[in-house]
Amino acid sequence: MSGAGEAVVTLDGVVFGWGKGPPVLDIASLGLNRGERLFLRGPSGSGKSTLLGLVCGVLVPRQGRVTVLGQDLGTLSAAKRDALRAAEVGVVFQMFNLLPYLPVLANVTLPCRFSPDRRRRAAEASGNPEAEAKRLLSRLGLTDPRLLDTPVRSLSVGQQQRVAAARALVGRPALVVADEPTSALDADSRDAFLDLLLEEVSASGASLLFVSHDMGLAGHFDRAEDIRALNRAARKAEAA
Amino acid sequence: MTGGALIPLALRSLWDRRGTALLTVLAVALAVALLVGVEKLREGTRAAFERTITGTDLVVGARSGQLNLLLYSVFRIGDPTNNITWESYQALSRRPEVAWTVPLSLGDSHRGYRVLGTSQAYFQHYRHGEDRSLVLAEGKVFDDLFDAVLGAEVARALGYRLGDEIVLAHGIGSVSFADHGDKPFRVAGILAPTGTPVDRTVHVSLEAIEAIHLGWESGTRLGRAPQASADEVRKLELQPKQITAFLVGLKSRAAALRYQRVVNTYPEEPLLAIIPGVALTQLWSVLGVAEKALTAIAVFVVGVGLLGILTSILTSLNERRREMAVLRAVGARPWHVIALLVVESAVLALAGAVLGVALVHLALAVGAPLLEARAGLALVGIAPGLFDLAVVGAVTLAAAGMGLLPALRAYRASVADGLTVRV
Ligand SMILES: Nc1ncnc2c1ncn2[C@@H]1O[C@H](COP(=O)(O)OP(=O)(O)O)[C@@H](O)[C@H]1O
Ligand SMILES: [Mg+2]
Repeated sequence: MSGAGEAVVTLDGVVFGWGKGPPVLDIASLGLNRGERLFLRGPSGSGKSTLLGLVCGVLVPRQGRVTVLGQDLGTLSAAKRDALRAAEVGVVFQMFNLLPYLPVLANVTLPCRFSPDRRRRAAEASGNPEAEAKRLLSRLGLTDPRLLDTPVRSLSVGQQQRVAAARALVGRPALVVADEPTSALDADSRDAFLDLLLEEVSASGASLLFVSHDMGLAGHFDRAEDIRALNRAARKAEAA
Repeated sequence: MTGGALIPLALRSLWDRRGTALLTVLAVALAVALLVGVEKLREGTRAAFERTITGTDLVVGARSGQLNLLLYSVFRIGDPTNNITWESYQALSRRPEVAWTVPLSLGDSHRGYRVLGTSQAYFQHYRHGEDRSLVLAEGKVFDDLFDAVLGAEVARALGYRLGDEIVLAHGIGSVSFADHGDKPFRVAGILAPTGTPVDRTVHVSLEAIEAIHLGWESGTRLGRAPQASADEVRKLELQPKQITAFLVGLKSRAAALRYQRVVNTYPEEPLLAIIPGVALTQLWSVLGVAEKALTAIAVFVVGVGLLGILTSILTSLNERRREMAVLRAVGARPWHVIALLVVESAVLALAGAVLGVALVHLALAVGAPLLEARAGLALVGIAPGLFDLAVVGAVTLAAAGMGLLPALRAYRASVADGLTVRV
């Protein structure tokens, strides 16, 4: 791994289990550099989403160290972890990314409500968060101005995922985390979505941690890893 | 995010579920309206009740219980145990501290309504409510021996007009075999409604009471004793021998206790003087048990309304776990999740409580003038005030407190879920 200044995420000897259950994850080392786009592959149930929860500081490991932007999450209070996530991490899920009761534009600017940093950076980029949200939406192919005030329920799944991507990118967080964002899309819209996402992530200078069970996507990324190769807990379980 | 930014989010979320939210708000509104309505009517009627008789410093009657005297002299309920002799009445009226007295003589009835023998001073000095005197809706006060002045309800219920002839019965009760049919009275005046027992009273002069009892001294008509005709009776200049009670107005309120002592220790016969305001408050505290039960019921109904909020939030919680996960992902703190649900609960309660209070005051604004015009009952202290504010505040706070329950559940779920929701 390169110098601490360049690493956006590092995991060192991280062990995690749900509740009092057996360890689900046991990762000796994993790093993500600034601007790097990492594809993490693994079948369903292999602990991909759990790993993202650890990186986001929503879950706390039993052992080991998770650092984000040089900050050891274990030494931060829960409040600081939440603030760090709000300011520096954009998240895209597989589905149901959006708050159904907010129109499209308000969904995109949502992180700006929780983080002054993202509000400020969005304003620096386009004048105000709404303008930045509109810019990102049109970059992601949602150009129809009528779309901005539509309830999100009336959007197609592909459109919803692009709105979610815009939300993850608004206010330029250092890290974008994507949890199988293409699994609900058909092949055509999957490729279109992936191209747009990667392009915008690069444009904003963010690092991308993308997990999926779909090995076919690996070619789009700078680096690809298989979680089963990293996860000693899984190997132990297999051996037993 | 600042706490303030949560409220628009909570409102948007509520608006999205406005169908169920509206029903919940309505349930709270009706419950609060019941509570506030019961309380307003309770307060209003209590205040009106305690103003049944005002401006009278003391009521004097034969010695019995305090409430007994109040009941028969003011409310025309029950029977006097004894009478006061005319001499004692005269002696007590002539004392220097006395400004005025009004004699009361009870014991006869007309079709279920009590007949009160009194003097013209009654119409001058009787006060109720906020210093309101008796007003004649029609006609005038009695000046002939056989004139009667009817309370508003008597006239309305029995359909009497000015000039109608009425027959008084000896004794009490609507069916009486001992009618004073030989000496009919004429309706000389009808009083405006007061909302007090005056409305249910037939007023005649003291002399008239004496007149209709001529030849009845033993209680029933004596055999074939010769009867005096009405005209002959008019010439007799009857002098009452006894009365039931009398009202006293003093020159100075400060003398009330002293005068009360004089009456209570009156050597010639056992008498009792009561201060009506005090006795009325005492009577109300006896009656007040029922109304306390009513208030308790209303409070329970509000509790049920609040449980409705809790139910609606708890049932929505499962479908909203994704919402919570999304909020956590974009940087919401656990307390944001908690606050969102607490705010939601409080907003529902606040809207319901305000709506409920508004409903009551709308109803009162329409109903109170009607009540006053029809029944003369002027509800006192029903304007919006501190009580309404306190109810709105308490209901909102209680709902916020209850909102903590689903909020903590959602919080625990969001911690257990991490970023993904397992449904
Ligand atoms: N909220 C949770 N509570 C308890 N166990 C969980 C929870 N989420 C996931 N798990 C378990 O952790 C393991 C990894 O799950 P997950 O990280 O969701 O895998 P993936 O995202 O790769 O499908 C699975 O065995 C799953 O049952
Ligand atoms: Mg997963």
